[in-house]
Amino acid sequence: MRYLTDYKRATGLGSAHSGAHHHWQMQVSSAVLVFLIPAFMFTFGSILGSDYEDVLDYYSRPFPAIVAALTLIVGLVHFKNGAQIMIEDYAKGYTRKAAIVAVTAFSYTCIAVGLFALVKLAL
Amino acid sequence: MVQLTLPKNSKIRTGKTWPKPEGKNIRKFQIYRWSPDDGQNPRVDTYFLDMDKCGPMVLDALIKIKNEVDPTLTFRRSCREGICGSCAMNIDGINTLACIYGLDEIKGDVKIYPLPHMEVIKDLIPDLTHFYAQHASIMPWLETKTNRPAKEWRQSIDDRKKLDGLYECVMCASCSTSCPSYWWNSDRYLGPAALLHAYRWIIDSRDEATGERLDELEDPFKLYRCHTIMNCAKTCPKGLNPAKAIAEIKKMMVERVV
Repeated sequence: MRYLTDYKRATGLGSAHSGAHHHWQMQVSSAVLVFLIPAFMFTFGSILGSDYEDVLDYYSRPFPAIVAALTLIVGLVHFKNGAQIMIEDYAKGYTRKAAIVAVTAFSYTCIAVGLFALVKLAL
Repeated sequence: MVQLTLPKNSKIRTGKTWPKPEGKNIRKFQIYRWSPDDGQNPRVDTYFLDMDKCGPMVLDALIKIKNEVDPTLTFRRSCREGICGSCAMNIDGINTLACIYGLDEIKGDVKIYPLPHMEVIKDLIPDLTHFYAQHASIMPWLETKTNRPAKEWRQSIDDRKKLDGLYECVMCASCSTSCPSYWWNSDRYLGPAALLHAYRWIIDSRDEATGERLDELEDPFKLYRCHTIMNCAKTCPKGLNPAKAIAEIKKMMVERVV
């Protein structure tokens, strides 16, 4: 038990003076994904099930490769930011911090692996 | 982690069933009861009232039960016309004011619980200490730096209109206690009521602390726990829209960044 006033409990450590940037970033990535996801589905869908050689040819063209790369980067950055919000909602203390680190590492690893695979296909 | 089940000593049990009165128009009331004095788990007591001898509002029924059936039933009430915000409780699954919620709006048995996810002081009385402290933290008063004018701080009719839909809040806590984000993070998230009041002062044309107010609110937890779930707007017994006020604050935050 701690003898804290109600006001001190309510104000805690004060404002972090951050959050607007994260909010704006989420809004921008959402808007961008509205265009990227259909473009990716269209390009990816049109080559789905084709031969390996055809896929190599297709992804050596700039448009499908750039759409796939952008969808990967923007989508996973959006996922990372969204997952962070979800973790902050439901987890507390050390679990919260560890989960945010794990999700961030996972997202950037997926971006790196995906881009490496795309570069190998495209070049 | 988020607590998804009630602790053992908070599990609700079936309580006492009080005797039925004589009459044709009998209605059943199931009411949450808990006392800090007896060391027992919470229980739901069952009462019966003759509706031909009872007023039309839920508060009328509660007062009748307290006066004529069970004087130990405890609840807050004062104005009985939706102005003081004292009698906020969960009625038929909705957080609202017992004094302006008609019994005819409820189908079947009337189920009454205290506001959700707040510590209970006794029966239908939640502990609103933290809720009030959060309201105090947003500086709910006119903050000025210019020397006080000789007569009054003037405000145009259009600027005054911007306060409509905000100043009417009676701080009943129905909105905040209906918000899942407030349930999980009420220690840091200010909740819809405090944020609606914050916006009321942010857009007041006479207030000169807009920047400081936004500075204080810019925080991942104080403000950005709102995910536009809209329970607050749905439940507000005064018909206000705290979610819209919060969205307006977020728009102002973006205005400062971009």
